[in-house]
Amino acid sequence: MPKFLKSIVWFAVAMLGAYALSGIALSRGESINAIWMVTAAVCIYAIAYRFYAAWLAAKVLTVDETRATPAERLDNGRDFLPTNKWIVFGHHFAAISGPGPLIGPTLAAQFGYLPGTLWILIGVVLGGAVQDMVTLFFSTRRNGRSLGQMARDEIGSIGGTAALIGTFMIMIILIAVLGLVVVNAMKHSPWATSTIAATIPIAMIVGLYMRHIRPGRVLEASAIGVALLLLSVLAGGWIDHSATLRVLFDHEGLPLAYAIILYGFAAAVLPVWLLLAPRDYLSTFMKLGTIFLLAIAIVVLQPEIHMPAVTQFIDGTGPIFGGKLFPFVFITIACGAVSGFHALIASGTTPKLITNERDIRMIGYGGMLLESFVAMMAMIAATVLEPGVFFAINSPAGVVGQTAVEAVATINSWGFPVTVEQMEQLAKDMGESSLFARTGGAPSLAVGMASIFASAFGKSLLALWYHFAIMFEALFILTTLDAGTRVGRFMLQDILGNFNQKLGETSYMPSVILTSGLVVAGWGYFLYIGVIDPNGGVNILWPLFGIANQMLAAIALCVATSIIVKSGKARYAWVTGLPLTWLVVITSTAAYEKIFSDDIRVGFFAAANHLSAQLLSGVLSVEKAAVAPRLIFNQHLDAYLTMFFVFVLWIVVIDMINISRRYLQGKKVLASSEEPYVKTALE
Amino acid sequence: MFNKIKHIWRVIRRLSGDDAYERYLTHHAQFHATMVDAPEPLSRKAFFKLWQDKKWTGINRCC
Repeated sequence: MPKFLKSIVWFAVAMLGAYALSGIALSRGESINAIWMVTAAVCIYAIAYRFYAAWLAAKVLTVDETRATPAERLDNGRDFLPTNKWIVFGHHFAAISGPGPLIGPTLAAQFGYLPGTLWILIGVVLGGAVQDMVTLFFSTRRNGRSLGQMARDEIGSIGGTAALIGTFMIMIILIAVLGLVVVNAMKHSPWATSTIAATIPIAMIVGLYMRHIRPGRVLEASAIGVALLLLSVLAGGWIDHSATLRVLFDHEGLPLAYAIILYGFAAAVLPVWLLLAPRDYLSTFMKLGTIFLLAIAIVVLQPEIHMPAVTQFIDGTGPIFGGKLFPFVFITIACGAVSGFHALIASGTTPKLITNERDIRMIGYGGMLLESFVAMMAMIAATVLEPGVFFAINSPAGVVGQTAVEAVATINSWGFPVTVEQMEQLAKDMGESSLFARTGGAPSLAVGMASIFASAFGKSLLALWYHFAIMFEALFILTTLDAGTRVGRFMLQDILGNFNQKLGETSYMPSVILTSGLVVAGWGYFLYIGVIDPNGGVNILWPLFGIANQMLAAIALCVATSIIVKSGKARYAWVTGLPLTWLVVITSTAAYEKIFSDDIRVGFFAAANHLSAQLLSGVLSVEKAAVAPRLIFNQHLDAYLTMFFVFVLWIVVIDMINISRRYLQGKKVLASSEEPYVKTALE
Repeated sequence: MFNKIKHIWRVIRRLSGDDAYERYLTHHAQFHATMVDAPEPLSRKAFFKLWQDKKWTGINRCC
């Protein structure tokens, strides 16, 4: 294409993007169409990828096509292996995209569709995708070293330790909150519970097939597994209609939480081929298939957004989680905008597969853009619901009231019309006994997805689509739970190995059981507290997870900034310095509010003191009084944990600033750990 | 059209690891067959066990 024609096309893309964005940002009073959100996102991604990412690659990182990558230099046919860039992209995307980008936007929709949408778009372009790309690049230049190792090499041992501890803590909180989401989706839903339970034996059948019946036939086994999963959704409906069978799967939150904890322990101890690996295949196929289907359905159906652009809850009184728009929208939506966890994937497995440095832009930056698009779809699925319905599903009973009548009255008083009959009809359509106070984001996402799917592909199947969506979410939430517990176990064994060599052996059974037990106990504790919490637990756990995840992102950006400065490109340090500053500001502010706020729905100490006062004055019911001491203890624990996160973050930031300052003053700093140049022999 | 479908199928097999054993055999023939007393390639089952264990060590899933 001639150059001027190209310029015209890119100009048109920019104009369309700007038009779509101004349309969604400025529309007031009238509802807008979801297609505008998709258009704005796609145009912004295209411009960012074509210009900003290309500029990053050329000027900031100075990507060198002639340089041999570790995959080429260290090719061993196993972990180091030059791989086609689309294949690496597929692996990288499958690894980074978990349930996070689906849950965060759903919760953040309480502020209206606009704040979350803007943060997803701006955050990914200037923050998340930059973090993923530069981390991938720097790790590729360092033989695929992990973030923790790079932090140690470039900043110092404190940074390395901080990254390690940060990762471990995030894992614990993440698993707890994901477990809570699954528990809330299964609570008193025999259909959901039986379908989710069925995924365990199905995964085992697939595992046995791949290992013993037809070894290595991954696709055959997965096809059987997917067919069985779809069948299990149908069978769940059948169980739900059978009076004798449904009682077996109709449970309160607490027994379901114990079941998840037990399951998590089993999954960490059992061999990978039996449960973890086959479950991962199934969840990856389901995830990619469903997200693709959702994108098509949104484009075909072009649903209207019913949520207002901005709701009154930006003042901090939101029912789903307490706290003002700033900083909490930026904490709630981590994955999809910027997620520190990705830095662990971008340093580790992926860099060892990269054939040529020029692929890094597509895999690092492009992979994160796609993840951000998933977050946009979750935002659409949440905001196409009538706001009254959205709040009825997502608001905990502790906020809106225990009975349907109370809940409806509270939500109506906020100016969002909804009726008891409407909610009953919706629950009936979805094959659930009730959809009130089904917190955690999964049920509301499933209702949104089911409405979109049913309108696009057949209205009569609402209940099936709903439980399909629940199964799909639970499937990969449980995969993250299994994989996370295992990773936590490896980390703990690594740490314990420093004190006792035997405990560090990953195949030494007593150590496996001990460390798995400790990791499961860690997240199991937070899950337990989340379940008994009258405000639904999500209000506490999700911000904690967000703060931890953003803290890890800040650590990754600190490492990147110090490398950029030390490579003599301080004039470009703003590329990572800008998102870093923003993350430090929002995590510190959020942490400050979580610790010191007087609002009992925001401040951990305020909540603890409030509960203590209630306990002393005897206004609590017997059941509430029984669990109150545990809740009070937990609020204190969460406050100290938050302090710890911010403390770790600031240590790394100060370290990074010191290193940069010393370098700029011409003093001695840790030498760059970049591998020397070797010319590529490929092509 | 047919070639396109074949290509997509190859990509799917590659992404999922369905063709891992075949690639291993090719790799083995290329690098080890020329050696004196080259080791026998692993059986499909033994190879798959190693492959799966390796794939599942370390952080490979995210939030």
